[in-house]
Amino acid sequence: MHYRSLSQVRNDLDNGSLTLPELVRHYLRNIEENAHLNAFLSVYGDSALEHSEKIQTKLLKGNAGRLAGLVLGIKDVLCIKDRPLQASSRILDSFHSQFTATAIQRLIDEDAIIIGRLNCDEFAMGSSNENSAFGPVLNPLDNNRVPGGSSGGSAAAVASDCCLAALGTDTGGSVRQPAAFCDIIGLKPTYSRISRYGLASYASSFDIIGILSKSVEDAALLLEIMTGYDEMDSTSSNEPVLRYAELAGNHEKLKIGMLNYSGDEGIDPDILQYMRSISSELKELGHVVEEIDFPELEYALPTYYILTTAEASTNLSRYDGVRYGHRSTNGHDLESMYKKSRSEGFGEEVRRRILLGTFVLSANYYDAYYTKAQKVRRFLQDKTRSLFDKYDFVILPTTPTPPFKFGENATPLQMFLADLFTVLASVAGIPAISLPLGKTSEGLPVGVQVMSDAFTEDKLLSFSNYLMQETLTSKA
Amino acid sequence: MQITKETLEKIAHLARLEIKPEEEAGLLNDLNEILVWVEKLNEVNTDGVEPIIHMTREINGFRDDLATNALAKADGLKLAPDHDGNFFRVPKVIKDKSK
Repeated sequence: MHYRSLSQVRNDLDNGSLTLPELVRHYLRNIEENAHLNAFLSVYGDSALEHSEKIQTKLLKGNAGRLAGLVLGIKDVLCIKDRPLQASSRILDSFHSQFTATAIQRLIDEDAIIIGRLNCDEFAMGSSNENSAFGPVLNPLDNNRVPGGSSGGSAAAVASDCCLAALGTDTGGSVRQPAAFCDIIGLKPTYSRISRYGLASYASSFDIIGILSKSVEDAALLLEIMTGYDEMDSTSSNEPVLRYAELAGNHEKLKIGMLNYSGDEGIDPDILQYMRSISSELKELGHVVEEIDFPELEYALPTYYILTTAEASTNLSRYDGVRYGHRSTNGHDLESMYKKSRSEGFGEEVRRRILLGTFVLSANYYDAYYTKAQKVRRFLQDKTRSLFDKYDFVILPTTPTPPFKFGENATPLQMFLADLFTVLASVAGIPAISLPLGKTSEGLPVGVQVMSDAFTEDKLLSFSNYLMQETLTSKA
Repeated sequence: MQITKETLEKIAHLARLEIKPEEEAGLLNDLNEILVWVEKLNEVNTDGVEPIIHMTREINGFRDDLATNALAKADGLKLAPDHDGNFFRVPKVIKDKSK
């Protein structure tokens, strides 16, 4: 039993060779066998089995939802009523959600089964899952290497067959980068495409729920069901919800831009080589492929860091030890209680980003850093979106290196560079997907990232499906 | 721009964080390294560019102005580290001036 898509699961459920409780037990066994990966923070075995019985009955009656048979893991930043939520942080010790995130409710309403809560970098800040208060997640492909971050648990759980798909969140690459490192698919939709109600905020003008899966069709189906305006999130988009799951598209003679980055030093030669082979393969398939020089890419990361740390310093000010979560017993008055609760509760990376964000928002430096970054963001957004006047899709690597070893990126700045290629879509607010297409000479996974214009997930997903089926290198 | 020890103490206070003496040197080093790196943005000519304030180009979605009780009092207090059944309880706020 090793399913790669819901349609495979449904096929076996329909022909009677599989029952849903059997499938849930299979995943529960795998979770146990893979406990050393440290991907799960909670396993909801009893309720998953209970739901599987009910949904099995619905399947037999023919009135089951569109996601019946789908067993899903959830990153520890998304609320499910009465379930623990900690954003992998000590500051949320003992916290239980008071409501369910809109996106998750929509999946449950279509009979998805939630099997557990998944480890991540604390408050989704990190690119290696080394910043979790619950310890790092191991990469299932090579336990000496990181699974990527911040949705590292989500990627590891899907890659090790502990669930069919998982939800993550993507602020600067946190779905795409771990998907690339664990050799699966990671989709970041257009900003505002999915309601953020019930998502523990990191940087609100970037955060978006994303999907980690083994098939493009599952990513498309989950997106279609989660998408749509939600009155609990006034920034959620009113753009029409398209039939993403149909994966309908015309793939004849597309115009594709291969994004070049002049500062190629530090980029793995095997990854560069792989991008060249994808490029020639697309040409052979009859597409028009052009190289795009995009030196402005180097401004995307600093823009991202100024704006996200600023937003994080504001968003995380709510964690004060008063209404929920960790409260220090060492405070002697209100102010010292705040300071000690926050200093004991937040980990090193989170404290560093709060400090940087507080600095860039402080009166003397606001214009020089924060306003400047907001201007560069508009400049980069215009520049990036204008690429789609000319090209149907833009392709670039997901990451500059294959999955690295624990402790390898020693300074914060080295770690930031892991997001070099993913932040552009985040800064511009456009959709992007990482596809598990290549391998390095060492056999490590290479993710290929495809970007398209805002609210064109229908085209992006059908092209991704085509790439997964057509490119010869994917079958090597 | 360099963050000094004094600036670090000031922003730590604003962020309601404490910095342990043994963390200070490393933190100053990291923050200054990051600041030098983000100053790369000054290379971009942004004359006449309006800063992005909202990422969505859509008009505000309003819902009907109806009062609802999203969270019952007992539920609101349920997770509190300390409460008296009606209010959250916190350590003393007003300082004793005689001391």
